Amino acid sequence: MLKMTHLQKVYRTHLIETHALRDFSIHVREGEFVAVTGPSGSGKTTFLNIAGLLEEFSGGEFWLDGVDVRGMNDNERSRLRNEKIGFIFQSFNLIPDLNLFDNVDVPLRYRGFNAADRKHRIEEALSRVGLASRQKHYPAELSGGQQQRVAIARALAGSPRLLMADEPTGNLDSLMARGVMELLEEINRQGTTIIMVTHDPELAARAHRNVHIIDGQVTDFDDEPTLARRSRDDNANHLATA
Amino acid sequence: MFAYYFQLGLRSLRRNPVLTALMVIGIALGIAASMTTLTVMHLMGSDPIPWKSDKLHYVQLDNWDVNNPYYDDGRPPDQVTYKDATALMEAGKADKQAAMFKIALPIQPENPEVKPFQSLGRATYADFFAMFEPPFAFGGGWDRRQDSEHARVIVLTRETNEKLFGGQNSVGKTVRMNGIDYSVVGVLGNWKLRSRYYDLTNGAFADMEEFFIPYTAAIDLKQRSSGNNSCFKTSGDGWDAYLQSDCVWQQMWVQLDSPARLAEYKSFLDNYVNEQKKLGRFERPLNNRLLNVTEWMRDQRVVSRDVEVQTGLGFAFLAVCLVNTIGLLLAKFTRKSGEIGLRRALGASRRQVFTQFLIESGVVGLSGGFLGLLLTGLGLLAVRALYTEYKTVAALDWTMVATTVLLAIAAAVIAGLYPTWRACRVQPAAQLKV
Repeated sequence: MLKMTHLQKVYRTHLIETHALRDFSIHVREGEFVAVTGPSGSGKTTFLNIAGLLEEFSGGEFWLDGVDVRGMNDNERSRLRNEKIGFIFQSFNLIPDLNLFDNVDVPLRYRGFNAADRKHRIEEALSRVGLASRQKHYPAELSGGQQQRVAIARALAGSPRLLMADEPTGNLDSLMARGVMELLEEINRQGTTIIMVTHDPELAARAHRNVHIIDGQVTDFDDEPTLARRSRDDNANHLATA
Repeated sequence: MFAYYFQLGLRSLRRNPVLTALMVIGIALGIAASMTTLTVMHLMGSDPIPWKSDKLHYVQLDNWDVNNPYYDDGRPPDQVTYKDATALMEAGKADKQAAMFKIALPIQPENPEVKPFQSLGRATYADFFAMFEPPFAFGGGWDRRQDSEHARVIVLTRETNEKLFGGQNSVGKTVRMNGIDYSVVGVLGNWKLRSRYYDLTNGAFADMEEFFIPYTAAIDLKQRSSGNNSCFKTSGDGWDAYLQSDCVWQQMWVQLDSPARLAEYKSFLDNYVNEQKKLGRFERPLNNRLLNVTEWMRDQRVVSRDVEVQTGLGFAFLAVCLVNTIGLLLAKFTRKSGEIGLRRALGASRRQVFTQFLIESGVVGLSGGFLGLLLTGLGLLAVRALYTEYKTVAALDWTMVATTVLLAIAAAVIAGLYPTWRACRVQPAAQLKV
């Protein structure tokens, strides 16, 4: 589904060069639920932005669902992003003056679906996250957990192959976080590949496997069972923050 | 997607009502200032008879003083002499022709309840009505035979007919002017002239005449012009001497239905003047002119320099308003960086973001355009109240209504270009982390 080989991301100013990702390689298979962990500033978000085609990279190879992303122009990248990827953000990022229906509608508009198709998809996505009856409500009228569910519905409405979640429960209390996590697991069981960046070891432990990033490199990347890896990840986190 | 972007633009107007109000009012004020002045200029200079303005030609002959031109730039006099006007009328070389001059006569109504009043009129030839095509409510103009018979007939304007006969069909009735009876042959309908283009020498926006009588009848009655009269030497004593003088006081129009006819008539005029030169007149070099309606209006500066300057100032004010709008749009779009980043993440290309925000600017312009239209209407009301001579040109027509709204949209879109360009440069990744 997603394959990066020897990927480089360098931020240049006229004074310094910063290597956000160096010789970064990862392979996420279709249907996987991968948690990406690592300390702050390690390059997790840079990885997610590049994987989500929101940022360009400086070198290496990147294949998304069999498509070579190198050299694509903005239109092609936007189109591919729209068709293949759904995003879930820590702060939900709903548009405040659009109701839930119209918020979920946003990616579908850029996809070019007709009105009937869009309506069907929006209603289905909202009912999948349990908010079908609140289509006409505005984001401010919902709790944080409900807003994140709307964001998930928005990500799902276009039937993406890959869901990218950046700290999806970071702004939620534990009860709401559990609900959102269960929803993501269910989505994954239905076949959608998920890459989730998280600081939370408990959430990471629920993924199929963990990828640990330090200093822009994957330091720990295999197919070991999650529980066996968990204690080691914790140690790594501890060391990184120490 | 246009409808979607338009809808988003409308929603966005509601999101920041204060910012929106500032932008809309700014554009509306700029539009109103520029469109009020532009409307006056447009209507002043608009072609009054577009279907035949290129066929109607104003005749100018340079009979002026050999040592002292009529205009410093060498243009010939604005009017012609009686002698030349009648000679050209008798020659009859044009497809239609009408010499004319402005007159003033007291009307003595039959109705004892209406007091006698001084009225302005025009002495002209039968072809006047076929050439300038005023609409008739009753009857029609007189004919060429009545010209040659010096018939005492009259065509009334709608307003005069209203005053004298209560608006009834007065054809066949009599109007007494200065003790002489004229038989009504026609009553004009609603002749909406923005400028009295057939006689610009007496004020393009002066009041229209109240009646028309045959030129020949007016001359019989030794009726002098109540308009401009220019002489470069004394006209001598008495009416006959005046008629034979080189004083210019008449307007001469000809209708020439094709370029070939125009060329023929030019040649005829040159021959006529050359013949006159042999008689000791027309001492200046050959300087005849035949200007069509729009050329003649430009020549006579129907749109005055003042009006042009005012229009320029109006547009300068619009430019200032637009600079203000650019700043406000920048502020508005900067506040929407998060939404822009989100839309990019959800699949919008830079081009789509650019289109969306340009349309949003257009929606601001559209709102400003509607408010500007209202303010333009008020501005024109003020012009009419302050300058009564502009009452016919200080009104919105459909062209100007459409121009107002389109100009407002175009202005806002132009003002929105830079803020929109900035908006679509937003890095989505930078906006999505909070």
